[in-house]
Amino acid sequence: MATTTTAPAYTMPRDHYLNSSYGIRSWLLTTDHKRIAWLYLAGVTFFFTLGGIFAAMIRIHLLVPNGLLVSPETYNKLFTMHGVAMIFFFLIPSIPAVLGNFLIPLMIGAKDVAFPKLNLLSWYVYITGGCFVLYAFATGGLDTGWTFYTPLSSVYSNSAVAPAVIGIFINGFSSILTGINFAVTIHTMRAPGMTWFRLPLFIWAHYATSIIFILGTPVIAITLLLVALERVFHLGFFNPALGGDPILFQHLFWFYSHPAVYIMILPAMGVISEIIPTFARKPIFGYTFIAASSISIAVIGFFVWAHHMFLTGESTYAALAFSLLSYLVAIPSAVKVFNWTATLYKGSISYDTPMLYALGFIGLFLIGGLTGLFLACLGLDINIHDTYFVIAHFHYIMVGGAIMGYLGGLHFWWPKITGKLYPEFLARVAAITLFVGFNLTFGPQFLLGLMGMPRRYHNYPPEFQVLNVLSTAGASILAIGYLLPMVYFTWSVRYGKVAGPNPWPATGLEWSTDSPPPAENFDVTPVVDWEPYDYKNRADLGLGTSVAPLAPAHGDD
Amino acid sequence: MPSQLPIYPDQASNFAPQVDTLMTFMILVSAFFTVAITAAVIFFFFKYRRKSENEIGVPIHGDMRLELTWIVIPLILSMVMFGWGAVVYVDFRHPPQDALDIYVVGKQWMWKIQQPNGRREINELHVPVGRDIKLILASEDVIHDFYVPAFRVKMDVVPGRYNTMWFRPTEPGRYHFFCSQYCGTNHAQMGGWVTVMEPADYAAWLSSSMETETDPILAGEKLFSEKSCSMCHLADGTGRGPSLNGIYNGSVRLADGSTVRADDAYIRESMLLPNAKIVAGFLPIMPSYQGQLTEDEILSLTTYIRSLQSQPVPAKGAGVIPAGKK
Amino acid sequence: MHRTGELYGQFQTLEQQKASATLGMWIFLATEILFFGGLFLTYTINRQAYPDVFADASKTLSLPLGTINTLVLIASSLTMAMAVWSAEVGKKKLIPLFLVLTLILGSIFLFIKGIEYHDKYVEHHIPGLPFQFEPGSSVATNAHAELFFSLYFGMTGLHAMHMVVGVGLLIWLLRQSLKGRFTPDYNTPIENVGLYWHFVDIVWIYLYPLLYLIDRHK
Repeated sequence: MATTTTAPAYTMPRDHYLNSSYGIRSWLLTTDHKRIAWLYLAGVTFFFTLGGIFAAMIRIHLLVPNGLLVSPETYNKLFTMHGVAMIFFFLIPSIPAVLGNFLIPLMIGAKDVAFPKLNLLSWYVYITGGCFVLYAFATGGLDTGWTFYTPLSSVYSNSAVAPAVIGIFINGFSSILTGINFAVTIHTMRAPGMTWFRLPLFIWAHYATSIIFILGTPVIAITLLLVALERVFHLGFFNPALGGDPILFQHLFWFYSHPAVYIMILPAMGVISEIIPTFARKPIFGYTFIAASSISIAVIGFFVWAHHMFLTGESTYAALAFSLLSYLVAIPSAVKVFNWTATLYKGSISYDTPMLYALGFIGLFLIGGLTGLFLACLGLDINIHDTYFVIAHFHYIMVGGAIMGYLGGLHFWWPKITGKLYPEFLARVAAITLFVGFNLTFGPQFLLGLMGMPRRYHNYPPEFQVLNVLSTAGASILAIGYLLPMVYFTWSVRYGKVAGPNPWPATGLEWSTDSPPPAENFDVTPVVDWEPYDYKNRADLGLGTSVAPLAPAHGDD
Repeated sequence: MPSQLPIYPDQASNFAPQVDTLMTFMILVSAFFTVAITAAVIFFFFKYRRKSENEIGVPIHGDMRLELTWIVIPLILSMVMFGWGAVVYVDFRHPPQDALDIYVVGKQWMWKIQQPNGRREINELHVPVGRDIKLILASEDVIHDFYVPAFRVKMDVVPGRYNTMWFRPTEPGRYHFFCSQYCGTNHAQMGGWVTVMEPADYAAWLSSSMETETDPILAGEKLFSEKSCSMCHLADGTGRGPSLNGIYNGSVRLADGSTVRADDAYIRESMLLPNAKIVAGFLPIMPSYQGQLTEDEILSLTTYIRSLQSQPVPAKGAGVIPAGKK
Repeated sequence: MHRTGELYGQFQTLEQQKASATLGMWIFLATEILFFGGLFLTYTINRQAYPDVFADASKTLSLPLGTINTLVLIASSLTMAMAVWSAEVGKKKLIPLFLVLTLILGSIFLFIKGIEYHDKYVEHHIPGLPFQFEPGSSVATNAHAELFFSLYFGMTGLHAMHMVVGVGLLIWLLRQSLKGRFTPDYNTPIENVGLYWHFVDIVWIYLYPLLYLIDRHK
């Protein structure tokens, strides 16, 4: 039974982007999008680990109702710093800055992005923002919640708010530069024959994400700048004692932060749209609908922000409008889930690790998305707003969805990025461990929310303990699931099997060049005259042309 | 009564059964789609597993009817969810006219509650069963939120404004309430208990021992004079400002011709932003008290003004539109 | 280091390079609209809440200086457009001339802005430093006036920072134009800096009435 793709023996190409130059300067001053992807990989992995440590401490602390580990002040700093590190410095950059940077030029047949120097600048801006935030963490911490609601953050908090919001402000420009770069690259640098509707769905997803980077990020930037100014100069924009309005802050904040969640999920959906056709060896079902749904999500996503504010006392009419729009934005996501499922029908499915992540994504994103409908429902939100139900909902999407997509993508393209294969058996074990640990961690939190446990609580009434213990147990399993890839990916760079150009095989343009690719991506500029995911008409992949088994395609079997 | 859903708190308000029924509906619909899609994925995963090395799948690019079906059906279901939730919410956002008003002031990290007759409590809320209760929520510092899981309702408590929420307790008992908007260090400790009593017991409790607490109406009257309100707002209507007799919850005609109801929010705004709404026939000369009154003091003054409801309304110079005039 | 006018490595053709640069500048300007947009929204909400105090505070700004600045900036957009035109029609000698004029006008704007800021400093109208609106103002009026001036300094300050960046870009363009780099075939940098400069001008054209002209007719 052939449920694993077996790669024939290859040798590494002689010249590729990793050995084209050596030394620290060749990395820190690189303008090669592939090396910049590695720089980002280092950065996001660091912040993920930091955020993960905070999460571990939170879950350990919550083992007992009175709190096991830390003081209330420290606990409040832990969940704040967990949120800031994970959202702004891991989730938002992860897929676009690592996989997007590496793959977009390759997928469209270009030598690099439109503005390679801006690309490098955007990494330095990310690091600078990160340093400000780390400084804030180290000198007094941050205890306002990642949402920085005023006047708590602008007036009452005694933590290092100003350096932290300045750091996030600076980091915003990293996103903006990346968004500009990707949008222009996709518009102007496609290879001859690469029309819009021949683009891989990963590109559509990143194009939609770029729209959000461009239009949304500037608003959070100016908002956090105002918070910093208010704090340092005692101004009154958001302070009612000085005539300001705390709800204005929430409108400005959520105008970006809601589309931000689409920044976090659209690229992951793009990854899934690449993995499923590859490991089912057939075109994606409903290409145009999936592409259109990415754009729809980006656009409609700008009109739902006040669903975070149903209970602030905003006008009932506004609440009705935002609830309705929130249901509308869910439809395109549903369309994608149905199309991915339909792609599996009459496929030729293998059980490689990327496919396991993709299928896990479908199930977990489904639950996360459906529970979003609960929160969009005005009559339910009056009960479950600001409870653990919300925490469970967004972790299902961001961890069960976005992180699964990120890991699935890392596994899928690891051979292209490094030229090596990761160890398949261990990878599957890790994927399953992750899936089990994740559900055990966050499943109980839905129940905690329904029972009435509010979020951001360092203590809780004893009736909530059993589910909290269950959740912490799951977190310990989840941690193992994350540590394993860190170990075996590192191992594989040196000791992994050589992958060859196209181990799966997949149909994208990135797979037609060496693994790892040469510094200038393609020896000859490709001319595209095939449709995406067209397994039937790609004789060059060496596969059969129908579902029934055929004679061997290669002479070397 | 216990909820239909096993892990839920008891249902103790008029909203609880509504919310729980809606929740059950959402859970059933979600469970259906979750099971259906998961089953399909798992089924396809095994049925269509690759049988030989070079096998490919059958290329099916799409199906317009299928796409339209799975757009239209979720859209219809979504609109049902939206509509049903909207009905419950609109009800929640419109407290009934004859509700019992109880004032709730949140501050880091405690709740101060004032009953209609002025009796105060801290971190406790006593209410009669079967009566519509309206909470008027104010904050002295940051944003808080008043949440009663057994009632299935909550509302943010925002500094700089009043928010209101209402419910009708349906079952005597003691129910937890929590602060559920992160408000700083002891956010998790900022809770208390709602005690729902039979009406007779509540009445008895209400009138028993005000102890050494100051009657807030007297406190308000004292402030009214200390802050010089009484200099302009003469009761007989001859002052520079309108008489406040009978004004509470009455209709006020404004200089631009419109009419507003003088509820708690209006009275509060009149103290802090007097030029926002000028009573017809009066000049915009009232100074603003922003920064000079705490929420507690605003509450006391409002309680005093409320006690003037039964005072005689002068024919000329009243804030409220006198009876018989339109 | 690449010199302007050469084909950069990542592009296939000069057309692609030019299209990318121009599209990049337009998208960047879209981000700037959203960036200033947050401030405009804050201004709108606060003006609607405190119309009288905003009007009074606005009247303490110097109408003559603000108007002169507006005319200066509009004129600088004209000279900038002339610089771009000169490049497009190949009048190479005129390019540095118009760039210098734009530079001078931009600098006049910044200089006048400095005078205005100084006046506000003297009048204790700078938020954060001891702020005092008219003596005898109530606490509320003082606070609301401070909101107006926070927005005044925030919006014009952000605008001025963008002007300073623009001045830097103009100096760079000036040096390139003195070397004769811009021709009818290749003038993308001037065109794109022109776009940026016009954008900064348009922002001011919105700022001027919103900040200086509140209820001036009354």
